[in-house]
Amino acid sequence: MSEYGIEARGLVRVFKGGIRAVDGINLAVRAGEIYGFLGPNGAGKSTTVHILTTLLPPTDGVARVAGYDVVTEGPKVRAAIGAALQEAALDPLLTGREHLRLQMALHGTPRTERRRRGDELLERVGLTGAADRKVRTYSGGMKRRLDLALALVHRPRILFLDEPTTGLDPQSRAALWQEVGRLAKEEGVTVFLTTQYLEEADVLADRVGIIDRGRIVAEGTPAELKAEIGHPTVEVVPADPEQRPALARVLERFGELAHISPRSLAVRLTGDELGLVDVVRALDAEGIAVQHLQLHAPSLDDVFLAKTGRTLEGAGAEQPQQLVP
Amino acid sequence: MTAIAPSQLGHLARRSVLRTLRQPAYVVPPLVFPTLLATVNAAGLRPSTLLAGFPTPSFLAFAMAVPFIQGALFATMNAGTDLARDIANGFLNRLALTPMRGGMLLAGHVAGVVALGLIQALFYLGFALVAGVHLEAGPAGALVLLLLAVLVAAGFGMVGAFMALRTGSGEAIQALFPVLFVFLFISSMNAPRHLMESGWFRALATINPVSYLIEGARSLIIAGWDSQALALAFAVSAALLVAATAAASWALRARMGRT
Repeated sequence: MSEYGIEARGLVRVFKGGIRAVDGINLAVRAGEIYGFLGPNGAGKSTTVHILTTLLPPTDGVARVAGYDVVTEGPKVRAAIGAALQEAALDPLLTGREHLRLQMALHGTPRTERRRRGDELLERVGLTGAADRKVRTYSGGMKRRLDLALALVHRPRILFLDEPTTGLDPQSRAALWQEVGRLAKEEGVTVFLTTQYLEEADVLADRVGIIDRGRIVAEGTPAELKAEIGHPTVEVVPADPEQRPALARVLERFGELAHISPRSLAVRLTGDELGLVDVVRALDAEGIAVQHLQLHAPSLDDVFLAKTGRTLEGAGAEQPQQLVP
Repeated sequence: MTAIAPSQLGHLARRSVLRTLRQPAYVVPPLVFPTLLATVNAAGLRPSTLLAGFPTPSFLAFAMAVPFIQGALFATMNAGTDLARDIANGFLNRLALTPMRGGMLLAGHVAGVVALGLIQALFYLGFALVAGVHLEAGPAGALVLLLLAVLVAAGFGMVGAFMALRTGSGEAIQALFPVLFVFLFISSMNAPRHLMESGWFRALATINPVSYLIEGARSLIIAGWDSQALALAFAVSAALLVAATAAASWALRARMGRT
């Protein structure tokens, strides 16, 4: 059996009007790995997930999930995967427990096992107390947790989570991250997670693929990606605004100047974090009093900016939100 | 069919019924409106029974066939709207990600419609008997009437499924409701076809398949066992079911798109 849970080569999906939502994607996600698929709205993340989960055939290319071809072995792929797609696809008129029963029946879970498995999943996602309430009374976080439980009823080897924390409050987001991390570490589940949140990819993913306009523009561990292009930035707010010109002259010695806020000046260091010490010494030597000084570590947004020339936030606004097959 | 198919079918049908029962707006109008319309028509059109050749002295008995068909139309709209909602909110994708076969989705959907159609038909039958309507075909006729009602509900249920799968929009299905109602009104719902004086209306009623569904149900109530009327009613409802199932299956394949 392949060491990869998910493999794709030259994956392409063209929609009506010739829009190439996915434009030659190559993927190799190891079994047991959490792979973060990071990109702005409309970058092609969900289309890729739909192809890999067999919901949408690719226009070109090949993909294997759990060792099965997504085009010719759809039923085998579906039996091996669980998926929580972008919108929590729930029936507002059914209770949480009824959702689980239905999902287990459709997956062929033996009748004798359904109650135990349902209770176990409800407890795991913290919905035992709300299990018999209709879903229309659930909060966004509760719906997401139920969605995750439904994706797990048949103990899938591979889990697809399409923007699982969009719209969630920080507490619900942290709870979901904890559960996803546990699934990968304790149960060895391969997780393919799409997100537009840098922090999510950074915290959760073993490896990150950054997608823009249907293409993967960078791939690696978060640390590798940041190290590849990122240099730390030192932001300084002078105690006396009159000293800004002098401050600029000092900072220029250490790298390229950057503007973060009107009150501050910043420099992108050419070296690593150790350069901060030299900056502080130079400021002291020039007699520049500092009100505030901060070291910004490189982020995945810096990586995205370096690879695409745009920030993630700005990129989202200029790309199509929905495509028609 | 796999071993788990009956369980899948049962759960999908159960969901369909539960959803409907939890929406009073889906339950009450299909029970109240058709019986109310039949009662009002019976009161207002009673003089029609004095026409030479009118088949029964009770207009209520004549009109009681209509709720069975009208109720099926309501069920079509409601079930179609529910399926469209499943498409819009992604629930259909959730179902598509299970090992369930596409045909099972349609079967589960229609099983729910049939169960509700049966409940409605029992209500109409009970209402008719309480209102003093005598069923000429007797208890066996009541069973055949229920069977016909169920078959009609299944056929219209598949029409609703087809429309939902094609449009993916509950609003579009609601907009089609008046169109389906036109079929009901341009039929023999309020007068026997041989007594219709307007030639064009009689021609439309004659080519309208809904006329034959009503006349089949009506024959059991007012005439007893009319093999021709029953054969036509069952043939039309079976043809509707087969054609709508084929169309809905095609639309489902196109909509699901899974490999």
